[in-house]
Amino acid sequence: MDLLEYQGKQLLARHGIPVPKGRVAANSEDAVAAANEIGYPCAIKAQVQIGGRGKLGGIKIAANEAQAREHASAILGMDIRGLTVHELWIEGASSIASEYYASVVLDRTAKAALVMLSTRGGMDIEQVAEETPEAIASLHVDPLFGFQPFHARRLAYEARVDRDVVGPVGAFLGALYRTFIEEEAMLVEVNPLVVTPERDVVALDAKVTLDDNALYRHPDNAGLRDLSAEDPQERMAKERHLVYVKLDGDIGILGNGAGLVMSTLDVVAQHGGKPANFLDAGGGAKAEAITAAVEVILSDPKVKAVLFNIFGGITRCDEVARGLIEAFAQIEPAVPFVVRLDGTNGVEGRELLKSAALSNVHAADTMNEAAALVVELAS
Amino acid sequence: MSVVVDRDTRLCVSGITGREGTFHSLNNRRYGTAVVSGVTPGKGGQELEGIPVFDTFREAVAASEANTAMIFVPPPFAADSILEAADAGITTIIAITEGIPAHDELRVYTQLKRTPAVRLIGPNCPGVLSPGKANVGIIPAAFFREGNVGVVSRSGTLTYQVGNELAQRGFGNSSIVGIGGDPVPGSSFVDIIALFEADPETELIMMSGEIGGSGEEEAAEYIDQYVSKPVIAYIAGFTAPPGKTMGHAGAIVSGTHGTAAAKAAALEAHGVRVGRTPTEIADIAAEILAS
Repeated sequence: MDLLEYQGKQLLARHGIPVPKGRVAANSEDAVAAANEIGYPCAIKAQVQIGGRGKLGGIKIAANEAQAREHASAILGMDIRGLTVHELWIEGASSIASEYYASVVLDRTAKAALVMLSTRGGMDIEQVAEETPEAIASLHVDPLFGFQPFHARRLAYEARVDRDVVGPVGAFLGALYRTFIEEEAMLVEVNPLVVTPERDVVALDAKVTLDDNALYRHPDNAGLRDLSAEDPQERMAKERHLVYVKLDGDIGILGNGAGLVMSTLDVVAQHGGKPANFLDAGGGAKAEAITAAVEVILSDPKVKAVLFNIFGGITRCDEVARGLIEAFAQIEPAVPFVVRLDGTNGVEGRELLKSAALSNVHAADTMNEAAALVVELAS
Repeated sequence: MSVVVDRDTRLCVSGITGREGTFHSLNNRRYGTAVVSGVTPGKGGQELEGIPVFDTFREAVAASEANTAMIFVPPPFAADSILEAADAGITTIIAITEGIPAHDELRVYTQLKRTPAVRLIGPNCPGVLSPGKANVGIIPAAFFREGNVGVVSRSGTLTYQVGNELAQRGFGNSSIVGIGGDPVPGSSFVDIIALFEADPETELIMMSGEIGGSGEEEAAEYIDQYVSKPVIAYIAGFTAPPGKTMGHAGAIVSGTHGTAAAKAAALEAHGVRVGRTPTEIADIAAEILAS
């Protein structure tokens, strides 16, 4: 789960990381009240998960109440690369002497946490890594040994941070690693980490990705939401415990198993079609799950045809067929369905579908045939 | 021959008294796997159709001489169960459980690295099937028969799809190994490819990858340097958008990293032929095996 800037900062603050004082606001009045309370100048920041939102007009500095009102109403509702701004974060503007970069990420290649520090803050770190890799100091941490103070000093000296802030930057890294471990994050990134003229070290931005699989241990975090990124179909699917990802095409897809569904998307695209979604009905999907899945897929008004691609392992094809027949009885879909059932109880499943004789349901024998047919029906 | 599981496998199932654990333990036994014991804390002394249940892995190993564990307990208990199995002297651990927190997997991986004799397959995997010998996990064995293609895959159902297409062309498998779709898998493509390279029965190695991580790229370099047998690959997720987790916790394109196109390019650059669809990869396999 990706957090918004302010959610990430609140998380960092809980672990002792200094962040500017701020407040969240969902309308202009709240934003102005927040700005008045915090004092001027203050920063008005769009809360969307898009890098470079400043350049796209999503961050403005207000010197007084009139400007705060003007900027807040301009940014709220703004579309930033397809995401609508529903929330603002208002915080005191920081004076900046230097901009650094700090992060902890789960490095899947090394299978360890990777801690990075650079004095080239405020830039895209991938660009820094490409152009001046020597400007990034990094090390892997053994999770059973932990991040030690000497690790922090080593990074601070190797990154050549200003010598008078080696101590505070090291402490910052320690707290950042603690946040990563205790909140079970996949990524905790601060860019920029600023050094103020008073030589304080402050997190000016925060990008945090939490592990969905660990949320059951962090009930406070499980409630964090990002309205701008929430799609109605994705919300509906989540409530029904379905694994659904919205895409932007017009062919609804359902399959069992993440790999097979991904593969189905590819095969449909190869036949010239555009998938509307990824939906994994999961292993052992029962009839009710199939009915719920059909409802979610059809709630997307762009869907012109639907492809069911099932290769039964634990999942039984007769269960899937029963679910589909039930769904048709309840919903009476207006769009055509192509159904490919193979694997466990495939014969029984195909028989059930055949004898139900649902209108607008086409059977296909192979994945390729099914993809070709659904693309034809959608066009 | 085969890899990971075979006729010498003596299986102890953690979570054997749960609904899924019971179903698949008995299923594996019906296939011919020696399921010698189970572990469920608090249920020691019970039996499941003649399979003795113990409170701890130590007791189970001492009494039943189990050498392989299958983990079927829910995510909050799975990491602990894996470590318990290793501590009790089990050397092959196959973790089926889906949804284990990544930080748990990280700690397990780091600890097991210190005991190189222990091999962990998974978590979040369908298990390992060596046709005609042993089945440990949830792979539907009916679709596969004995043969000379070694399969290693991050996904379950996709493996069945590809395996079925191969079977329709008349080919069987030495072993099918599901390494799982999580960010920190216990065994990588490289680990399993090395086993297939050493396995006399395996003549062709087929890997089935997907978006996310860098396991396919690492395999590409390893194959180039160390593998003499032909290797072919299928990659799923060419059309997956960045930033979205595609079902598996590990299947996500972050920025420009982990795309299917990059993986296919890396593999092809090292001489591995890549199929763009399951049918295409089965055709490539058939072509190589016929020659």
